Amino acid sequence: MVGLISALILIPLIGAFALFSAPERNARPTALLFNALTALDAVVSWRHFNIEAAGLQLVERHAWIPAIGAEYLVGIDGLSLLLVLLTSLIIPFAFLAQKMDRGFYALMLIMQSALYGTFTAQNFVLWFLFYEMSLIPAFLLIKIWGTGNRDRAATKFFLYTFLGSVAMLLGFLAIYLATGSFDFATLAGLGKNGLLTGKVAWLSFAGIFLGLAVKVPLFPFHTWLPDAYESAPTSVSMVLTGVLSKMGVYGFVRLLLPLFPTEIRIVGPWLLALALCSIVFAPLAAWAQSDLKRMVAYLSVNHLGYCMLGLFAVAASSVGAAIDTQAALSGVFMQIFNHGITAAALFYLVGLLEQRRGLRGIHDFGGLMQRTPLLCGWMSVAMFSSLGLPGLNGFIGEFLIFKGSFAIAASFTAVAVIGLLVTAIVFVRAMQALFSGPLVEDCSGFADLLPRERITIIPVTLLMLAIGLAPQFMFNIFNATVVHMARLFG
Amino acid sequence: MSHWIIDHLWLICAVPFAASLAILSLPNGRHKSAAALAIIGQIAALVMSFFAFLPTLQMQGLRAVQNFTWFTFGSYALRLGWLLDPLAAVMLIMITLVSLCIFVFSIGYMAEDRNFVRFFAYLSFFSGAMLGLVISNSLLLLFICWELVGLASYLLIGFWIDRPSAAAAAKKAFITTRIGDMGFFLGLLWLYSRSGTLLFYDGGNGCLESAGLALLGASATFIALLIFCGAVGKSGQFPLHVWLPDAMEGPTPVSALIHAATMVAAGVFLVARVYPIFSSGAINGVTSSLTVVVWIGVATALMAALIAIAQADIKRVLAYSTVSQLGLMMVSLGVGGVAAGMMHLLAHGFFKALLFLGAGSVIHGCHGEQDIRKMGGLRRLMPVTFSTYAIGTMALSGVPLFFSGGWTKEEVLHVTAHWPASRLPYYFLLAGVVLTALYMTRQVIYVFFGDRRAASQRAHESRRVMTMPLIVLASCAILFSVVLTPAWPWLHGYLTDEPARFEIVRLIQPSLFLSLILVGAGVALGIWLYRKAGVRDRQRPADIDPLEFAQPQLFRFLENKMWIDELYARTVIAFGWMSARLSDWMDRHLWDRLVRGFGRIGQLFGTFTASVDEHGINAGIDETTAGTRGLGRLVSAAHSGQIQTYLGVIAIGVLALLLFYAWLA
Repeated sequence: MVGLISALILIPLIGAFALFSAPERNARPTALLFNALTALDAVVSWRHFNIEAAGLQLVERHAWIPAIGAEYLVGIDGLSLLLVLLTSLIIPFAFLAQKMDRGFYALMLIMQSALYGTFTAQNFVLWFLFYEMSLIPAFLLIKIWGTGNRDRAATKFFLYTFLGSVAMLLGFLAIYLATGSFDFATLAGLGKNGLLTGKVAWLSFAGIFLGLAVKVPLFPFHTWLPDAYESAPTSVSMVLTGVLSKMGVYGFVRLLLPLFPTEIRIVGPWLLALALCSIVFAPLAAWAQSDLKRMVAYLSVNHLGYCMLGLFAVAASSVGAAIDTQAALSGVFMQIFNHGITAAALFYLVGLLEQRRGLRGIHDFGGLMQRTPLLCGWMSVAMFSSLGLPGLNGFIGEFLIFKGSFAIAASFTAVAVIGLLVTAIVFVRAMQALFSGPLVEDCSGFADLLPRERITIIPVTLLMLAIGLAPQFMFNIFNATVVHMARLFG
Repeated sequence: MSHWIIDHLWLICAVPFAASLAILSLPNGRHKSAAALAIIGQIAALVMSFFAFLPTLQMQGLRAVQNFTWFTFGSYALRLGWLLDPLAAVMLIMITLVSLCIFVFSIGYMAEDRNFVRFFAYLSFFSGAMLGLVISNSLLLLFICWELVGLASYLLIGFWIDRPSAAAAAKKAFITTRIGDMGFFLGLLWLYSRSGTLLFYDGGNGCLESAGLALLGASATFIALLIFCGAVGKSGQFPLHVWLPDAMEGPTPVSALIHAATMVAAGVFLVARVYPIFSSGAINGVTSSLTVVVWIGVATALMAALIAIAQADIKRVLAYSTVSQLGLMMVSLGVGGVAAGMMHLLAHGFFKALLFLGAGSVIHGCHGEQDIRKMGGLRRLMPVTFSTYAIGTMALSGVPLFFSGGWTKEEVLHVTAHWPASRLPYYFLLAGVVLTALYMTRQVIYVFFGDRRAASQRAHESRRVMTMPLIVLASCAILFSVVLTPAWPWLHGYLTDEPARFEIVRLIQPSLFLSLILVGAGVALGIWLYRKAGVRDRQRPADIDPLEFAQPQLFRFLENKMWIDELYARTVIAFGWMSARLSDWMDRHLWDRLVRGFGRIGQLFGTFTASVDEHGINAGIDETTAGTRGLGRLVSAAHSGQIQTYLGVIAIGVLALLLFYAWLA
């Protein structure tokens, strides 16, 4: 089926324009309608996707600017499909979280289109276009609809990531000048033998690394994140953590790892150390937060740190056995999806608390279990999923990442276990403060989960449980890609 | 039926899980349906466990394995499995039987509770997780159930969620056990990377089979010790025992469940299950990892028994006795007596559940009072509770001949005495026997003898639904000894795969007299010290403990649990919190300052270029323009518009031209 991928990118854009002709009160239904269309498109793509095949599928290729080797080339492999499905899930989830005005939904739809583009483009110029295109709506969404110190947070977010993008662009120009190609697959093929040599290689590596490390974000490039997530409205935080943060991880898998195998091997221990810092320091910092949103934001840094640990472990070693490489990669892919839904759900639930209380400090609540048992119950599930309790989705990804990384980089992985422990401390502390003890006066008027809130959060939480118990359907999406990539990196 | 069960072993843990889910979906008022569902689920599990037990009787050393693929990652399959062997089978029987008694008891105990329905859902979940744990044929599946047991205990300890102390205790339990679990997790990863499988038994390829063990090599010691970290956390061994006494904040049936059938048993069971890793490369039955197990066990057993002497809360005394008994089991496993340790675990499961439920009955009868110093004289008011409690006490103290605990303790002492590495653990355990008898005597005297004090004035015997489980468990505590005695060591033979012969002459052994003397000494010491507990005696006021009066400093030390909690609060917890604050500070003032610094540099650069623009480039341009304008002004001045000036200038010009040409010519 040709055109499925282009349709994915186009439908939200059309939606964004359609929104302006729709009446204000129909803004959310219209936006959701277009989400339903993209979701349908994503599911059809999944049906047409051959899970046995490793290469790109549903490819569309058109000449664009031949002079600089830019093509319109989109297609999906297992990883792209996973992220397309995640995007299709998180955006409507975010739309259901908050009722906003037309402009808000329009910008979100533009961002959605950019996300689909980023996850499916297979040519650097096209990819970079989408990559940057997602940044502007995100910036505006924080700046216009945010709370608190939103101007500052939005500017910091924009400038920081944009600076990273510039560094990345320069890095890629060096590659283009050396190879004459922007095509991901071609470059990955050349990468095995080293694309560049000498100082140029290192400069180019550093540029791309910086751009992606800011995007993920990787310690110590993460300081824009707590501010941005804290200031953004709930639904934007959900998309930022659920999907946008995955653009960085995706970039690492798609660009940095295949293009610079020798460089990564040389600086591997340092990269692992940075990942380790994300894993250990971020939850420690989360422990010291009293703002619930900031707390969840810091834990996002920790969870993405696990992804980085797995990727760097795979890339930094040339001796990894196939089973360990595949375990780590599968774990990273699972973690990408799991963190997406779990962190989005956590932001959603924090948003519900904030809507009811008007505040979101950890000590502004207390004894909620007596008043809102359902809200507390489902929130606990999301929290336990995030702290990696077996039986829920988080454990699957983390177990595989640790399994793969431990065999390859044992000492780093052994220290990373501290992250698992501190995450548990943070969540159990939060549960104690929010749910237990005597009911706080200001919370005594809270409504428990409303029907519309129930239909939003319960399916997502059930998905966490389904992945935690029988995750095969998820692995089917990317197993062939994992095998292919493990051969490429290993 | 039996064969069907072996093929569907997973049903034994699935049924309580299903019951739990069904109960959770009930509306809050449906007490009867909730209790009925939980108990039906438990009975079903008990019946299935019994049918699973039968084939292990018929076939000596049966090991039925059911492996399956959980999921495939990349091109590799992750396999889990279920396992039925004698170890699993006896655990199944004990857990389901004890849990059933506790469930029935809870109907009475929790009748007044608003969240009765939720309580039974959690109980079922707890039992399901524990049953899954014992029939796991994979360390990963065991770990999964292990964590679910942890979750259930977290929910149940913090069940009375509006009490801040309960929430704090739940948090403490979850985090303390998770510290151990992280070690367990690392051990699991290490084992997986060395042996390539986490299945225990897999037709010769499992990690506990000789081929798999051979792959471990020298790392077996470290793997064993890391796994042992998990057991230390769950089974409340020193130094991670601190959560267990606080877990008393949960409702008493939960304490019974945690301390007898589930949770704490998990750690001992884990060591027994992966024993081949501990004993791999053993010389004369001693390995470094097992030696660590022995000494941790000795330290725990003695420390907890000492602390138990000075506790005033009826449940805390029992809690520390559990910690102490678990230490004893660990010693037994460490010195090589796996069967003895497991037998003590099983016997302990019955009599400790009995004691906790008895304590629950006492608390219920005394309207929620838990301080033993405020009770007294209850033996007349609560005869059933008293007599069953006395049986439990004698079993725990290890009174020889009639009580299961006595026989199993005998076994443990026996194997410990023959440990080739050292005789010291044996002597320490003998001291532990005296201490156990002492603190139990103290407790029984305070609660059941003497005059009635504040809390026991209006005490009453509990309802039938609560006393029946006591009677059943008390019978178990006595009848269980039938299969334990040296005359017919059936259970020992069953666990070690050696047929047991019946020889009545072996019933009386010299070591029995030693035990009798030691227990007698403990009881006598207890009676002598506490005969006048709760009444004024010479200068001692009535509310002061006789031991406290004699040795105030020692008593204070023990009463405050050797200040271990305080030590942790000042060291580990303080360190953790400090690191958290430090990380936050670094984020705000180091990393973010760096980022802002770069931003500042950018800003400075901008200011600099702006000023270069202003004063350098712009100034130059300004000068040029000024010059041009001046010139323009000059020129424009010339454009005065007066014809005579123009004509004059033209005339001068023409004259000049004429002169020029003339000069040229």
